Amino acid sequence: MAKAKTLILRAPGTNCDRETAFAFEQAGSQVDAAHVNELLRREKLLSDYQIMVIPGGFTYGDDISAGKILANELRLKLGEEIRRFVADGRLILGICNGFQVLVKAGILPELSSPLTLAGNDSGRFECRWVYLSANETSPCIFTRGISTMYLPVAHGEGKVAVAEPGILNVALYYADETGNIQAGYPYNPNGSIDNIAGICDASGRIFALMPHPERFVRWSQHPRWTREPWKEYGDGFRIFLNAVAWAKSI
Amino acid sequence: MFWIEVSVKAGFPDPRGEALQKDIHDLGITTVKQARVSDIYLLEGTLAEAEVGRICQELLADPVVEEYSYGEAPPSQDEHAHVIEVAYNPGVMDPVEESVRKGIRDLGIATVDSVRTAKRYFLWGELSAEAFQTICDKLLVNSVIQHVVTKREVVSLPSATYNFSLETIDLLRMDDAGLMELSKNRLWLNLSEMKQIQGYFSRLGRNPTDVELETLAQTWSEHCVHKTFKGKIKLGQLTIDNLLKSTIMRVTKELEKPWCLSVFRDNAGVIDFDGRYAICFKVETHNHPSAVEPYGGAATGIGGVIRDPLGTGLGSKPVLNTDVFCFGPPDFPYERLPQGVLHPRRIFKGVRAGVADYANRLGIPTLNGAILFDERYVGNPLVFCGTVGLLPKSMSQRGQQQPGDLVVLVGGSTGRDGIHGVTFASGELTKESEVISSSSVQIGNPIMEKKLIDVLLKARDQGLYRRITDCGGGGLSSAVGEMGEETGVRVYLERVPLKYSGLSYTEIWLSESQERMVLAAPPGTVDQLVELFASEDVEATVIGEFTDNRRLQLFYEGNLVGDLDMEFLHHGLPQLEREAVWEPPQHAEPDFPEPPDLREELLRILGSWNVCSKEWVIRQYDHEVQGGNVLKPLVGVNNDGPGDAAIIKPILDSDMGIIVSNGINPKYGDIDPYWMAASAIDEALRQVVAVGGSLRRVALLDNFCWGNPEKPDRLGGLVRAAQACYDMALAYETPFISGKDSLYNEYETEKESICIPPTLLISAVAVMEHVERAVSMDCKQEGDLIYIIGTTYNELGGSHYYGTQGYVGNNVPRVDPKKGKRLMDALSAATAKGLVKACHDLSEGGLGIAAAEMAFAGGLGMVIHLAKVPLGEPINRDDFVLFSESNTRFLVEVAPEDKQRFEKFEKMAGVDFAAIGEVRNDKRLEVYGLRGAQVLSAPLAELKEAWQKPLRW
Repeated sequence: MAKAKTLILRAPGTNCDRETAFAFEQAGSQVDAAHVNELLRREKLLSDYQIMVIPGGFTYGDDISAGKILANELRLKLGEEIRRFVADGRLILGICNGFQVLVKAGILPELSSPLTLAGNDSGRFECRWVYLSANETSPCIFTRGISTMYLPVAHGEGKVAVAEPGILNVALYYADETGNIQAGYPYNPNGSIDNIAGICDASGRIFALMPHPERFVRWSQHPRWTREPWKEYGDGFRIFLNAVAWAKSI
Repeated sequence: MFWIEVSVKAGFPDPRGEALQKDIHDLGITTVKQARVSDIYLLEGTLAEAEVGRICQELLADPVVEEYSYGEAPPSQDEHAHVIEVAYNPGVMDPVEESVRKGIRDLGIATVDSVRTAKRYFLWGELSAEAFQTICDKLLVNSVIQHVVTKREVVSLPSATYNFSLETIDLLRMDDAGLMELSKNRLWLNLSEMKQIQGYFSRLGRNPTDVELETLAQTWSEHCVHKTFKGKIKLGQLTIDNLLKSTIMRVTKELEKPWCLSVFRDNAGVIDFDGRYAICFKVETHNHPSAVEPYGGAATGIGGVIRDPLGTGLGSKPVLNTDVFCFGPPDFPYERLPQGVLHPRRIFKGVRAGVADYANRLGIPTLNGAILFDERYVGNPLVFCGTVGLLPKSMSQRGQQQPGDLVVLVGGSTGRDGIHGVTFASGELTKESEVISSSSVQIGNPIMEKKLIDVLLKARDQGLYRRITDCGGGGLSSAVGEMGEETGVRVYLERVPLKYSGLSYTEIWLSESQERMVLAAPPGTVDQLVELFASEDVEATVIGEFTDNRRLQLFYEGNLVGDLDMEFLHHGLPQLEREAVWEPPQHAEPDFPEPPDLREELLRILGSWNVCSKEWVIRQYDHEVQGGNVLKPLVGVNNDGPGDAAIIKPILDSDMGIIVSNGINPKYGDIDPYWMAASAIDEALRQVVAVGGSLRRVALLDNFCWGNPEKPDRLGGLVRAAQACYDMALAYETPFISGKDSLYNEYETEKESICIPPTLLISAVAVMEHVERAVSMDCKQEGDLIYIIGTTYNELGGSHYYGTQGYVGNNVPRVDPKKGKRLMDALSAATAKGLVKACHDLSEGGLGIAAAEMAFAGGLGMVIHLAKVPLGEPINRDDFVLFSESNTRFLVEVAPEDKQRFEKFEKMAGVDFAAIGEVRNDKRLEVYGLRGAQVLSAPLAELKEAWQKPLRW
C-alpha cells in the first residue's frame, strides 16, 4: 500500500499546526509542516503530498478579514499548483482559519466564491463545544461513516453567508444533542445560514469546516470525560483516518 | 491619497454596531436607535483608480457581506446620522497597516507608500451634543492613542531627520535640589541614589551623557531591581536585610528540591517535568499601562509575559496562559469616578479584549484565571498575566555568551513605544498620568510575536545561539545591559532597525517596542541564524558584540555615547533603608441577627461580582488550542461549572500533565496580610489537590501588588505577607521559583491617595503523573455521599458573607499548614485510589457556595446537614457554619459502595472529615441547620441563574 504524505501549511499566525500534525500522525500519515514561504520558494512541492491541510489560526492576524491575506497569497501565487493538486485527485482539508482561507481563495466552493465566512452573530469570538450532524448524502471523503460528532469551535468569524442562494455541498450541520439541526444559538454558535458547519466540493475531496476535529482525537479532550465512560478515541479522529485511508489508495 | 470606506451591506447584521449600541445603552443613553461601524483605509502612493478598485474588491471588502466606496476625499456625511471618525495618533503601532501593505503587494501593486486605518461610527437617534460627547469620550476615543479626525489626515509620517549631537547633563555641579529636580518625573530615583551617581561621575571627572543617566535609572528602577524587597527594612525591633532573600528565596534554598532546575536567576523559574522536558512559569503585572489604555496595556502585558518563558533557558515553547484581573465594580457610579480615570467597565472590557486578542492569535490556551472587584481598584486596576513554557531539560539553564559573540536583535522594529515605561511603573498614578504617560503605552502586534516564537524555536533546536533574553521593560537598555554584565558589551545603536526615522540614540536604547528578543550568537553561526529568520520574514540584526572588558559601551554613528562600568551599573545601587510599621487594624465586630432562612443570603453571594460566573470572559479565550487540555475552565454536565484548576498535557502522546492554579483574596489583607498570604497559598494548593494533583511537585510564584512602600504602614503589611510566604511554603514543602512585585499602586487625587488593597497573587504549577486521575468538581451521580474534609472555624473576617452584610470583621481565616499538608496528602492519596468522584475546594462563600456550585454544575440536587460539619470551635449560628471561609477544606463526592474504603482509608486517619449529605435527583439544594431544621431550600435553576446573570454581557 502506498504511503500517505500530509503537508500542513504554515503561515504567520497559524497556530493549530502541531495538534493537526499529531492527528494525522496518529492516523498513520507521514507529516511535514511547511511555511508558505517554502512553497513559494519551491523548496517544498505540493505535488510530493497526497493531503494538504490549512490548519486553524489567525493567518496574518486575520487583519482586514479572517484568512483573507493568505487566501490572496495562495490564489495569486500558488493557484496553478493548487489546481493541479486538485486535478490529480488529491485531498485538501481546511479547518477553521483554513476554511476561511479556502473560501476566500476561491478553492472551495469551486470557481468564483458565492459564499463567505462572516462575523459571528454574537459579535464575539467564542470557544465552545458543538454537536454536529453529518449529511449522509454528501460525497465528502472525510466524513464517510460519520453520522454525528461533538467538537469544539473557537472563532469570531465562522458564519457561513451566501450572496445568492445556490447549491452548496453541505457536509456538516450544527445540531443539538438529539441531532436536530434547527436548534438555534448556541448550538449554532455563529448564526451560519442553514446551520452549515462544513462544506465540500462536488468530488468530496476538498473539505472545510469551522469546528476543530484535531482537538478531539483522544478521549481526555472531551469536556465531560470525567463523568462519562472512557473511550479510546475522540470523535474527530475518524476524519483523519478517512483522509489517510483515501490518500493511501491514490 | 485615496480614502476607502468598507461597511456591512444593508440586510446583513453588523455585530460591531450592535455591540456599540449596547455599550451606549450601558452608559445610560437610550435614544440611539441604531449604530454602525465602518472601516476606513487611507492609501498614499501613485495609484490608478482601477488599482484602487481592485484593492477594494479583492482585498479590503468581502464580496458577500460588505460594500465599499472610495474617493480622493471623504464623501459628504449622512445628514441623519451622527458620524465620528477615529484614527490612531501618528506613531502608534497599528498592525493592520502592515498586513494591508502586504496584501496590496501580493496583488502586484507596488506603488502604495503608506497606509493608515481609521474607524467611522454612525449613530442614529436623538442625541444632545453633550450625550454625543459622552459617547465619544467614554467609548470611542482614548486620547492617549487616538484622536477624532476633523481635518484631512496625514497618511505618511513626516520623515523626521535626527541630527546627532551628544547630550551631556551637568550633574557634577548640581546641589541636592537640582538632583531631585532632575530625577522628578524622569528618573524616579531618590536623593541617595542620585548622589551615588554624581559621585561615580565625579570620580571619572566628567558629566554623564543622557543615555548613561537613563540607563542607570532604568537598571536601578524598582521595576527592574526590586530595591524595596532587597533593601533594609526596620519593623519595630526587627531589621530585615533583604526581605526577598530572607523569606521567599530562603524557603526554596532550605527545601532543596532536586527538581528545581533554575530558580530566581532567569526570566522564569524552571522545574523538571518528566526527566526529558522541563517547564517554566512566570506571572507578571502590567497595571499602569492597563489603567491608561486597557486594550493595548493588557495586550502588551500578555505579550510581555509570553516572552519570559520564551527567553528562559535557551527558550521554551509557551503552552498555557493564566490571567488574573482586579477591577473596580462594573456598576461603579460615573459621577464618583475620579478625573482622568476610565470607568471600570471600560477597563474590564478593554483588558479582556486585549488579552484575548493577543493570546488567541498566538495560539496559547488561556485556561485559568480569576477576576476580582473592589472599589479601591477603580483608579489602579491590576492585570496579572502568566505563561507556562515547555523546553527540553538539557536547555533549561540560562546560557552564557563568550567574548566575541554577537548581539543579535530579533523581531519587530523599534519605535518610540513605551519610552520610560519602567520608570513610569515605579511612580504613582495621577490625573496627569494620562498625559505624561502617552508615550509609555504600546500596542502589541501578536502576529509578529507568533512569527518570532516559531522561528526562534527552530533556531534554538539548530543550536544557532548561546544565550537569549527578552526585550521587555527598559528595552535594549535592560536586556543588553543585563546580558553583558559578566563580559562587557558594545552596541552600535544606528544598526537597530527603526519603524520610522528621527529617533535619537537615547530613544533607540530605551524604546520598549514590543515583540523583540536579544540573542548572543557565536560568529560561526550568526549568518545561518540571520538567514533562518529571514526565511520566515522576521528581522534579525547584529547590533553589537560582547567583549571582555566588563563595560557597557554604546556607539552611535561612530561616536561613543555611553560608557559605563558594569560593576557600577549592576552593583552600585545603594541599599535602600526603609521604615515599616504594623498595627493590626480593628474593624467593627459584626452585629446582625441570624436570618431565619439563608436562601437570600446564598443568592446574594452567588451573584456578587467576585463569585459570579466568568463564562462571558472564558469563552472568548481560546482554551482548546494546542489540543492539550484535560480539565477545562468550565466543567460539568452543561460545560458551565467553575473548575478549580486547569490541567494540560503539554506533550500530546504522554500521559503526564501540568496543573496550574491561583490563590488570591485581598479582602483578608484588610485584616492581616500575613493570613491573606497564607490563605492564598492554601487556596492555590487546594485547587491542585482538588483536581486530582498532589503536593509532591508543586512550585509557587508570588506576585505582590502593593501601595507605596515609602509609606511605613504599606511596607509593614508587605513584610508580614512575605513572612507568611516563608512559613507556609516551608511547611507545605512547595518552593517558590520566581516572582515579581509591583509597588506604588496608588491613585493620587486632589484630596487623597487611594491605595489598592494589598494584593498577593500566588500561582501554583504542579506536575501530574497520570492525567486520567483528574477529578472535576461537578456532582456525578444521584445517591453519592458528600463529605466535607477539613475543620470549620468561626472565621468570617473578610468573608463574602460579612461583606454582603456590610462588615469586614476581624476573625480572618488562618492556616495550620502542618495539619493542612497531612490533609491534602491524604485526599490526594484517596483520589489516586479512585475513591473520589468529584471534589471542590471551599473558598469565597465557604460551604454554601461550594455545595451550590457542585450541584448546579452536575445538574443534580444536594442535601447537606450543618450539624454534621466538624467544627474546630463552638459555633451556634447556621449562617456562620454555612459561609465561614476557613482554609484547607474540600467537599468530596464518594460512591456509596466506596463508603467504607474511603472512611477507613489509613491515610485519612487523623484528618477531620465527615459525611454531611448526599447527591439527589431533585435539582434542589437543601440545607439543614445545627438544630435540624431546614434553613435553605432552593431550586438549582434559581441558584445558577443568580450566579450566571451578573456577567452575562
